[in-house]
Amino acid sequence: MTYRTWMTFPRAAAAILAACLVLVAPARAELLIRITEGADAAIPISVVPFAEQGALPPGDKVSRIVRDDLTMSGEFRPLPPEKMLSLPSRREDVFFRDWRLLGQRYVLVGELSRQADRVTARYELFDVNQEKRILGESAAASVNNLRTLAHHISDKVYEAITGVPGAFSTKLAYVTVDNANGKPRYRLQVSDVDGKRARIRLESREPILSPAWSPDGKALAYVSFETGKPVVFVHELATGKRTKVADFPGLNSAPAWSPDGKALLLTLSKDGNAEIYRMELASGALKKLTNHWAIDTEATYDATGEGIFFTSDRSGGPQIYYMERIGAEPRRITFGSRYNARPRPDGTGDYVYYVHQRDSAFHIARTNLKTGDETILTRTQSDESPSVSPNGRMLIYATKQGENSVLTVISADGGAAYSLPASEGDVREPAWGPIVQ
Amino acid sequence: MNLSVQTKAFALLATLGLIAGCSSNQTMDDGAYDSASDVAAIDQSGGSTVYGGSDDGGVSAETLTEEERMAAEQAALREITTFYFDFDTSEIKPEARDVLVAHARYLAEHPNQRVRLEGHADERGTKEYNLALGERRAKAVQRFLIVNGASRGQIETVSYGEEKPAVMGSTESAWAQNRRVELVFE
Repeated sequence: MTYRTWMTFPRAAAAILAACLVLVAPARAELLIRITEGADAAIPISVVPFAEQGALPPGDKVSRIVRDDLTMSGEFRPLPPEKMLSLPSRREDVFFRDWRLLGQRYVLVGELSRQADRVTARYELFDVNQEKRILGESAAASVNNLRTLAHHISDKVYEAITGVPGAFSTKLAYVTVDNANGKPRYRLQVSDVDGKRARIRLESREPILSPAWSPDGKALAYVSFETGKPVVFVHELATGKRTKVADFPGLNSAPAWSPDGKALLLTLSKDGNAEIYRMELASGALKKLTNHWAIDTEATYDATGEGIFFTSDRSGGPQIYYMERIGAEPRRITFGSRYNARPRPDGTGDYVYYVHQRDSAFHIARTNLKTGDETILTRTQSDESPSVSPNGRMLIYATKQGENSVLTVISADGGAAYSLPASEGDVREPAWGPIVQ
Repeated sequence: MNLSVQTKAFALLATLGLIAGCSSNQTMDDGAYDSASDVAAIDQSGGSTVYGGSDDGGVSAETLTEEERMAAEQAALREITTFYFDFDTSEIKPEARDVLVAHARYLAEHPNQRVRLEGHADERGTKEYNLALGERRAKAVQRFLIVNGASRGQIETVSYGEEKPAVMGSTESAWAQNRRVELVFE
């Protein structure tokens, strides 16, 4: 598949862009997955290798992808297939006593059947103690899309057991930086949450920052320095169409979408100082939301879509503030140290996550918005860019491993972890996409 | 960079006590100014297109008239085009003032000369906040230049935040060299 770009800016700028930008799509530079830590309280589950009718393409098996997804969540501890006493694919072959002996709480069995280019999965999830089927469904996908089918099954299993929608079918956006030959190449990429099926969406010699997903998952807003200064673009993923939405004098940065996808929060300094604005995408109309001599930036809507969280150094250093509704007096949220920045609320309204400095290290922390209690979630030293999964259960952020920046995923309470290093160079600025129905 | 100008700049800086002064009572917590070799590194990062006008040729300091000596001194000061900041601040350091005044005077005397102020931050903290911090540093330098005679129309500011470090690495010294504003004359 190829992506084209329709440049909507003047020709002179287009000429510069042609020289420094390539829009390409081939899959490359995939992230690797490395499970670094499992949670203690993980639920034992057996994902039995699925029976197969008809020839399926080589590559990871669907049941293997489901097993990996559940492991990655940190909430499950799948049994390795070699330890299973039998490999049933339907209910009548499931002997609950065997699975109880193996200490399993859930068993997932299933069968894949191929008709022409379609593959149908029929799968059933059993509660071992209650000897009861709690999920029985079928789903189909094209034979080239078995990963999509597998992530869908993972979502259903996750939801049946935890009561919370799974986020395995969602996408990640991130920026890789390859410094080969001393000339950095910045690549905006989109992949599955396990780092697979990565596609480059934009490549530039100049920095790309702050990718932000539209609520429908169809577009990314980001900051690109391709014209020599920070400018905010909106990029439609299906068509590759890019629109320069903010190119004012000074800063154009920190885009965040409104929950209805009709507006962006932006940090602009066109009036002399970094302030937060709301821009209506249809008209370009701007409304100034902050007005203070301090730096105000990194705004994001709260769970209700009425209020905003943002970073301000109005108290002397950067801290998280909350404006309950537009025009209300901002309330300071963080007090635990002299540097707290880049808030990211989860969807429930219970927590806000941010970058927190403690001594000389930068960690990811969260504050319980009801109690005000702060918890430091990470133990690494140079952590930034937290992004919460749309179901609120996991958090991805960038950290240093040696000289390189990698992505790390942890459960939202700081438990299990896995990392996603790039095959080469740095990977940074992760943004977890929405659940798309 | 023109070697004779650079050599002369060093000689004059040494005469003025700037180099010695920096190494003896620096308030910075890093080694950026600690030796002549580091000053050379700073000169390089300042860019090779930077020294402006009034090259008085290889006249030795002893034979200069007072006026010539002043001009050479000002030109030497203007060899410095990178200015450093403490963590999360945009305060211009006292040792930068004479140099910035020299740049401001030069801009006042050359109304057609334009300069771009590029603000930077070190890698610590968040990227977007650092972008705003880099801009605030560039604007602090802009204000200083305007107060000292440059006009607003001559100066353009841009922030690169933490995206374009002068020095790679995660050490105090690298961070100190990356928290900077660079003057780029066009």
